[in-house]
Amino acid sequence: MSPPWIDIGALSDIPAQGARVVKTAAGCVAVFRTADDRVFAMDDRCPHKGGPLSEGIVHGTAVTCPLHAWVFSVETGMALGADDGAVATYPARIEAGRVLLDASRLSRRVAA
Amino acid sequence: MTEKLIIIGAGMASGRVLEHVLDAAPDAFDITLFNAEPRGNYNRIMLSPVLSGEKAYADIVTHDDGWYAARGVKTRFGAHVTRIDRDRKTVVANGVETPYDRLVIATGSAPFILPVAGKDLPGVVTYRDLDDTNAMIAAAQRGAKAVVIGGGLLGLEAAAGLQARGMNVTVIHLMGHLMERQLDPAAGYLLQKALEARGITIHCKGATKAILGHGRVEAVLLEDGTVYDADIVVMAVGIRPEVRLAVDAHLEIGRGITVNEAMQTSDPAIFAVGECVEHDRQLFGLVAPLYDQAKVLAQTLLGHAAAFRPVQTATKLKVTGCDLFSAGDFADAPGREDIVFRDPARGIYKRLVIEGDRLLGAVLYGDTGDGPWFFGLIKDGTNIAPMRDTLIFGPAYQGGAQTDPLAAVAALPPEAEICGCNGVCKGRIVTAITGGANTLELVRATTKASGSCGTCTGLVEQVLAVTLGDSFVRTTAQPMCKCTDHTHDDVRRLIRAKTLKSIPAVMQELGWTSAGGCASCRPALNYYLIADWPLDYADDRQSRFVNERNHANIQKDGTYSVVPRMWGGVTTPAELRAIADAADRYKVPLVKVTGGQRIDLLGVRKEDLPAMWADLNAAGMVSGHAYSKGLRTVKTCVGSDFCRFGTQDSTGLGIRLEKLLWGSWTPAKVKLGVSGCPRNCAEATCKDVGIVCVDSGYEISVAGAAGMDVKETEFLIKATTEDEVAEIVAAFVQLYRENSRYLHRIYKWVAKVGLDWCREHVADPVTRRVLYDRFMVSQSVCQKDPWAEHARPDQRAQWHALADLSLEAAE
Repeated sequence: MSPPWIDIGALSDIPAQGARVVKTAAGCVAVFRTADDRVFAMDDRCPHKGGPLSEGIVHGTAVTCPLHAWVFSVETGMALGADDGAVATYPARIEAGRVLLDASRLSRRVAA
Repeated sequence: MTEKLIIIGAGMASGRVLEHVLDAAPDAFDITLFNAEPRGNYNRIMLSPVLSGEKAYADIVTHDDGWYAARGVKTRFGAHVTRIDRDRKTVVANGVETPYDRLVIATGSAPFILPVAGKDLPGVVTYRDLDDTNAMIAAAQRGAKAVVIGGGLLGLEAAAGLQARGMNVTVIHLMGHLMERQLDPAAGYLLQKALEARGITIHCKGATKAILGHGRVEAVLLEDGTVYDADIVVMAVGIRPEVRLAVDAHLEIGRGITVNEAMQTSDPAIFAVGECVEHDRQLFGLVAPLYDQAKVLAQTLLGHAAAFRPVQTATKLKVTGCDLFSAGDFADAPGREDIVFRDPARGIYKRLVIEGDRLLGAVLYGDTGDGPWFFGLIKDGTNIAPMRDTLIFGPAYQGGAQTDPLAAVAALPPEAEICGCNGVCKGRIVTAITGGANTLELVRATTKASGSCGTCTGLVEQVLAVTLGDSFVRTTAQPMCKCTDHTHDDVRRLIRAKTLKSIPAVMQELGWTSAGGCASCRPALNYYLIADWPLDYADDRQSRFVNERNHANIQKDGTYSVVPRMWGGVTTPAELRAIADAADRYKVPLVKVTGGQRIDLLGVRKEDLPAMWADLNAAGMVSGHAYSKGLRTVKTCVGSDFCRFGTQDSTGLGIRLEKLLWGSWTPAKVKLGVSGCPRNCAEATCKDVGIVCVDSGYEISVAGAAGMDVKETEFLIKATTEDEVAEIVAAFVQLYRENSRYLHRIYKWVAKVGLDWCREHVADPVTRRVLYDRFMVSQSVCQKDPWAEHARPDQRAQWHALADLSLEAAE
């Protein structure tokens, strides 16, 4: 069975090298769009002090948290450089200009 | 025939005499060494580590039986010499006479015993030799109580040693502060604090009245009535030269055995060395002069002329964790001056005593790395006048080839904090470097050191240099970030020279090593391009920090603050009502008056921002740019309109300047102040640009700071009309916009380019006008209210979540 992908909006709604958030019952998920038009989703919450990662500067496939400049890979959710930490990531893909998230993973997140 | 040489006493000094004599002339003497202790020479100054358990006796033996045997030295250990017969030239020990041709008395010193009741009770010990030390070790039971009488060098080492063995230790000291012969009161205080912090009780100004106990020591009673329970009492109040043999032999005696500069006593065949001697009315207790004496005595015995000249001595306390150094004479006296450095946070105290151009004494606490250097200056009588201003900072700060600029950093202990922002100590940096991080950038990436405010960058580079040695090439210029080798200045220059007008163009043409730059270079490039090509370059919002991207300051909880502009700090009842309404409508948790004379609405949710801005726009207010690298505020006083002292319309001028400058992007934030008179109620002289009105016009000063650094402005130029002020200020800001590196405040930039250079540009009417015109061109596009732009209905969606799955997910 193919995963229940949910359409959350148009790719053009997310600025390149930027992010938008999707609200879920268990908090926000940040959906990043890289300069080369790939999308990645992960929790919008820095494990350091809870900074909104969706407001960070996106460079390559990394984002720098706006509060204290921790850097995370948007692909793996792992902290880069000297910091130690990880953010949960979720499958995301683009289909015909629309951004889709894996709903099963999102709802497991709620159940967890 | 070889001469018979007898030495009485096997201490530090006599051990040295033996070495020197035997090295120079192994067969010159038939030597007999007497020692009351049943052992040979050992390093008495290392008894403290033995007491504390850090070393064993075997570790501190300097001459063992094999050494004496190999050199033909006859040893009489445990033999107490009871008499010297000068007429028969013999010494008597255990009733046995031994003849000498020459005799050396090296009986050292005896501990001074306070003549108080109970001084002979079992459990009262002194601290002079290994037997004393072993007695203390035997008595030291974990949790038992020890009282040390005497807070000098010896007493404190005993106290620390006993404490290290788990005893509860109290030190009773007669004087007002510890080690008063080596330390001044301030250093004594720091030492007391450090010892108290490790659990040792210190009682200064304590006079011992009696030692109490029935058959064994039980407590110590002080004159003030205080009683300290004691299972063991260590008497360490001082020493006196051991002169009994010399007195009985009718040698000349002062406080010690009198010797001349050849170390000869009043009997030409008898010599004395060490703590038992008195030379030139002086006694000696520290090891350095004793070694000097030993050298001289060896020369004398070998028939060479030599003279003992006492030199200044330095003291180091051998208590682990208490870094303390003193040297020379540091008593207060007329004609003497002090140089004092204190760092209370790190517990550092340094005091230098100077007379004329000479350093007389030094007391160092907490950081004693420069002690030997200061000691050298004292001993050599060096003229310190040329380095007087920086003397206290040690050799690392002095010029000349003989000093190593890295010495200070090299001397730092591994736990010394290098980067205060990120709490990174030297040890961690060194570990990173030895692990392969051989550039500043790599150290930054692996440890975060110098990654925040950057003020420790120089230190981190020095740690690199110290650790890597010659293989570290210190880059004279810092690259902009890890994406490029170019400096900020280079990048600015190349953007103009190569007419680069977009971020991708810069990255391509200048060979950026990363794909899309980083969070450090992108905002800088965005600024440089906006400043240089205001009409061509389209602002890249995604290259801005969150605050500038969202035109509001992000708070720790992800909410934002909203600050409407209040021109010159002036508002109206209508504006205040609109602000109050907005605060109510959007349930603003905190309304606060800022230091820049306006009102901050804190705790606003991101999705409420556009609506709130629209409301404030409707009341005639625009963004205050409280979040931007740009013009923030122009603080004013009420000026000549209302103030009885005001010389000019400072309020009006402030409003005019704010209306001229607002909306402009600058390398870092810019704050202005305009005061109506030199009383300076607008605090203009700590702003980036400050104007102080006087009767004859306007004094413009620049490069103040009141943040991480605090700095008064420096006078730039005087103007006579408001028009002139406006043109000068705009031209100056434009000069800053075109030349500073990103994130440098004006004071940092001015420090780099020089105030004179700035003045040349704004004083010349033609140059000034050109700068002013360029500023106005930029303002023609930049001066627009971002609130109005983002509050437009077609823009509002982007401030909300892209999608809301909370309901579906909950099902």
